[in-house]
Formats: sequence, structure tokens, C-alpha cells
Amino acid sequence: MPEENRFHLTIGSRFENIELVQVVLRDSLLRLGMDEDALHWVDVSVREAVANAIKHGNRQAADKRVQVDFAEAQGEVVIQIRDEGEGFSPEGLESPLAPENLTKPSGRGIFFMKSFMDGIEYGSGPDGGTVVTLRKRLAGPPPDAARDEKE
Amino acid sequence: MIKVSQRQNGGVTILDVMGKITIGAGDLAVRNAVQEALNAGATGLLVNLQGVSTIDSSGIGELVSAFTTAANRGVKLKLLHLPPKVNDVLQITHLITVFDVFENEDEAVKSFS
Repeated sequence: MPEENRFHLTIGSRFENIELVQVVLRDSLLRLGMDEDALHWVDVSVREAVANAIKHGNRQAADKRVQVDFAEAQGEVVIQIRDEGEGFSPEGLESPLAPENLTKPSGRGIFFMKSFMDGIEYGSGPDGGTVVTLRKRLAGPPPDAARDEKE
Repeated sequence: MIKVSQRQNGGVTILDVMGKITIGAGDLAVRNAVQEALNAGATGLLVNLQGVSTIDSSGIGELVSAFTTAANRGVKLKLLHLPPKVNDVLQITHLITVFDVFENEDEAVKSFS
């Protein structure tokens, strides 16, 4: 895989650092030919994941970091965001579309990621913390179809 | 990053928002602007989102909070000029059913009377 199709960032737990991630992410996605519409939604999703890592994972602690890894392979972009928090499971989260939740001010971040990305997985890092993996296909056939064509 | 300016039209307080309504700065700017307008005695609030390039879940949450804060004071808060991406977000969150949304400022202002 070409080096230019991957990057790694380590940022401090401050919301303004999300802008730094956004600049590097945007540049990488443009190089890969992602269209502006898809790029916008990937940007929003990664914002949500990094914001969650800073706010809920690291609780904005100055000594904790957020790691962002970006890679592209076979027409699919994979972005991993990991924090140094106590871990998290999305099970049991209430739907923000339920009538009783509709006018609540929070609880939509994961819903955004699920809505805008092709895949989202939650796991734990080797040293604890939460690892969120976001996947998005570039324009064209999905990765499985591309692999089949090669074979 | 974000700029919120306030003006009056026909007795309605209009907040023109420019930039990103995202966590950490944009959401707080909208909160403060709405609070200031309410404290200044606004009787109707129209939030013009034409210049908004990005909104995240915190920004959406701030609009919802502003809506309920205003309603608790007997003030209606409505939205004007939704950019396509903001409209998409309001659609998928079903919040489009909560807010009154206008494409024309004069019609929006008249709706408060």
C-alpha cells in the first residue's frame, strides 16, 4: 500500500485539535478521489468519533491522547480512533429517533456515524481505552466486488 | 471559525450564523447568542443558517436546546435558509418535524405575528 494512502496522528484532548484531524483527513480523501458529498459525511463522522474520544473517553484530561489512524485499501477507507479512557460499549444506547428522545440535546453522535459511514465497530485497545473503526467505500464497486473482479 | 450576528426585522430577532456549528466553539457561540437575545427581551427568534458549512451532533443539540429554552420562555424559535447538508441532518434526525423552517425571510417574519 502506498505510504501516501495512510497517516497517523496523535492529538491532545482538546476540541480545537479536531480541526487538525479534519485538514489532514480532507487532504487524504481528496487525493483518493472521494467526491465532496461523501467527503463531507466522512468528515462529520470522524469529528463525532474524535469528539467522543476527547469528551467521553479521555474526559478532556490534558495528559491523555487520541490516536487517529487512516488507511485505504481496495477502494475502502478505514479510520481508527482510539482514546485512553475506561472503554465503552454502544449496546443499550437509546434511539435518538424515539419520540421521547427527539428533543434531547445529546445522544446523536453514534447515530450520525452509523448513518453516514458504511461500517462502524467498537473495540478495546491493547492498553484499554476505546477503539472506534469507521469504514467508507470510495466511489465504485464495494471492496468484495473489486476483489472478485481481480480473481 | 464561527460568527453569529444579530439584527431585527419586523420585531423578530434574527441571528445570522456563519461557519461551523461544531463542538467546542460553534455550539457555545450559538448558545450564547440565543441566551443574549432572550435576555434582551426577544419575542421571536429566527436563526439564519445560510452561512453554515458544517454542523455536528453537538451543534444539532445546541439548536434543540435553544428551541426548548426559548419555548420555556414563551418565545418561538424558527430556522431560515437551511443549507442542503444541514437539511439532510435535520431530516435523518427527524428534527425537521420539530422546527418551523423557512426559505423566505419575509414569510418567516410574518409567521411570528
